[in-house]
Amino acid sequence: MPEVELLWWEGCPSTEKALATLRDVLAEEGLDPDSVVQRKVRTDGEAESEGFIGSPTIRIGGVEVAPVENEPAGLTCRVYRLRDGRMSPAPDPEDIREVIRRVT
Amino acid sequence: MKIGDVAPAFELPAAEGGTAATFSPDEDRTDAVPTAVVFTCNHCPYALAWHDRLLAVARDYEGRARVLLVNPNDAERYPRDSFDAMKERVEADGGWPAPYLRDESQEVARAYGAEKTPDVFLLETDGRLRYRGAPDADYEDPSQDAAWLRDALDAVLAGRDPQPAETDPVGCSVKWSR
Repeated sequence: MPEVELLWWEGCPSTEKALATLRDVLAEEGLDPDSVVQRKVRTDGEAESEGFIGSPTIRIGGVEVAPVENEPAGLTCRVYRLRDGRMSPAPDPEDIREVIRRVT
Repeated sequence: MKIGDVAPAFELPAAEGGTAATFSPDEDRTDAVPTAVVFTCNHCPYALAWHDRLLAVARDYEGRARVLLVNPNDAERYPRDSFDAMKERVEADGGWPAPYLRDESQEVARAYGAEKTPDVFLLETDGRLRYRGAPDADYEDPSQDAAWLRDALDAVLAGRDPQPAETDPVGCSVKWSR
């Protein structure tokens, strides 16, 4: 079972939605939905050291869901692009599933 | 601000054309129309999700009401919300049907009590606040089409009280300067 991390910052209200989506996909893939490690990012320094480019950030086995290149670290809200093209504050479930299948 | 309060006047620079846009309560002007002041920004996913719906409102109500988009976020910590970044965004889109205004001092956002991006304040021509909250019930559903704001505009234009007059704004917190 890979480590499943959800990094979040209190300035964005999307954490609960992202967590619920993540847990749903974990359960659908036969993994423990309660295994998610939630880590609060509090400062710009923590964001820098974590490579945290925005809230929420999901990593599964160290692999980031929907990675973005050349994005500066910082306390901000992350913008995801859903597979149907819409902007969203949480990742597309299929992007989560793709990473789970890659690392397991 | 509470429903029924008179909103403060302001003048802010616009990202397009370098001109300023103003809001000034004036019940005596016959050409005055209701104004939707929407605090929004470049970087928040909720603001981006609702953006096209808000521009559609500006287009559809042209001549009957106006929409002013105001970005109050601290650009030092959030460079994507700088005035230059705002200009680039409007230019990349070939212009918007509503002015995109920079509230660098954050005085307007503080005076209005803005909490989120987006946060909608619909003002009657005399400046009274008639609706405050989210554009519609679901940022994820484009078919909602900013229905709460549209319903409130239709009510104000028809001389009725919007129902509801208030909803909870949904989005990212305004990024205040430290």
